[in-house]
Amino acid sequence: MSSLKGWKDLPPATTVPASTSEAVETGQWRSMRPVWDEEKCIHCLQCWIQCPDKSIKANADGKVTGIEYFYCKGCGICAAVCPKNAIEMRPEAEFIEQ
Amino acid sequence: MPRKDITSGNWAVAEAMRQINPDVVAAYPITPSTDIPMKFSEFVADGLVDTNLVTVESEHSAISACLAASVSGARVMTASSANGVALMHEIFPIAASYRAPIVFGLVNRCLGAPINIHCDHGDSMAERDSGWIHIYCEDGQEVYDTMIMAVRIAEHKEVLLPVFVCQDGFITSHCFEPVEFLDDEQVTKFIGERDPLLPLLDVDNPVAYGSLALTDYFFEIKRQQIEAMKHVETAYNDVAAEFARVTGRNYPVVDKYRTEDADYIMVIMSSAAGAAKETVDKLREQGHKVGCLRIRLFRPFPAKAIVDALKGAKGIAVCDRAASLGAPAPLFTEIKGALYDAGVHIPANTYVYGLGGRDFFPHNAEEAFMDLINKKMSTGERYLGLRE
Ligand code: SF4
Ligand code: SF4
Repeated sequence: MSSLKGWKDLPPATTVPASTSEAVETGQWRSMRPVWDEEKCIHCLQCWIQCPDKSIKANADGKVTGIEYFYCKGCGICAAVCPKNAIEMRPEAEFIEQ
Repeated sequence: MPRKDITSGNWAVAEAMRQINPDVVAAYPITPSTDIPMKFSEFVADGLVDTNLVTVESEHSAISACLAASVSGARVMTASSANGVALMHEIFPIAASYRAPIVFGLVNRCLGAPINIHCDHGDSMAERDSGWIHIYCEDGQEVYDTMIMAVRIAEHKEVLLPVFVCQDGFITSHCFEPVEFLDDEQVTKFIGERDPLLPLLDVDNPVAYGSLALTDYFFEIKRQQIEAMKHVETAYNDVAAEFARVTGRNYPVVDKYRTEDADYIMVIMSSAAGAAKETVDKLREQGHKVGCLRIRLFRPFPAKAIVDALKGAKGIAVCDRAASLGAPAPLFTEIKGALYDAGVHIPANTYVYGLGGRDFFPHNAEEAFMDLINKKMSTGERYLGLRE
């Protein structure tokens, strides 16, 4: 709670300054984590097209390079559309750092 | 030169709106407030105002359009009554949270069922926790003057809250009586230009209104609104003082009528204060020390001003033109709370009167005063003008 602002320090009128979804960490919502296997991937970009959160990272050559977990909310669409089962959905609990 | 004319409460609101010349009016007609947008639409059609009049398909849309225009930076006004007000309910707390200084001509009418177009305060009382400022007016002159003052109060930098300017449906809204109008230039000068805080149309300083705020920030945002309410009375008094300098007409948050030395005081709101004051005069002639305290500002509730006016009394009669079914009437509850907080214990009777437009006559007021004078006090609810 300590990092949250008190009422005197909040902007007025429910406003959020310069608001953009780029600053919103939707990754906090994730309970299942897509894990990408570079070995199996054929770079068909189905996951890149279907991801609703622009979380599949790809380079200028059209190659998938990984997953952006700051935005990925774990919907599992990428894993479902992948023709090569190159994306596995695993419980977020497995990744909790001790 | 200020001019005097015979006009109705509704037309007085419309005339104030013509002179205020708001950027946007979005409205949907409902009795008894219909006259306001109707008359105002004539001003629009005649080119007398620059207003963008948005004719919508429901009250919900009307207040939604008003809110969007207000947070865009426009000066916005509308009007409604009863079920129209109820249909707007969803948007009222949002408008208050967005700190949208909308000025609203609320013409009080009861909420059905049964269907009834006449006055009680059930519609606005149902909105008392919506975060709006509530001002209740006694007559057409006061309605006109309050509409103009309300613009300044709503847009005050420390306030930024929407305002209901309430008048009694038909009794005030359709009663023709003399009203003194300011010159257009005086109104223009008094209200000035709106200087919006964070307008959506300011693309160089982009903001989003109404983002999601869950367990983390919702509570803090409500606390900000509570703080804004704490600034209302000071802003109100400043604006009212300036208005009095311009017009000679003075509107304190509570209207004290012969209360200074009064033993018995009737507390009442809006047009029924007329009958109460007349009765005060009559009973004073008979040697009874009675007075009337009319509550003008209801939200925020001016507890200190009320306690100051009541604390010397031996008995009070609080008259509500609304019922809170299953609990004491709303004004009575507030008055009791204010007295309790101040450590003032005065015997108080609670009267509900005038529901569904039932007339409130001087003999009804006299009945309540005679209860006080004859020490017929009790905690249970009482009614004035009800058939058993
Ligand atoms: S799980 Fe959903 S959000 Fe995350 S990368 Fe896959 S498709 Fe995108
Ligand atoms: S859908 Fe599967 S195979 Fe195609 S690019 Fe994505 S991870 Fe690689």
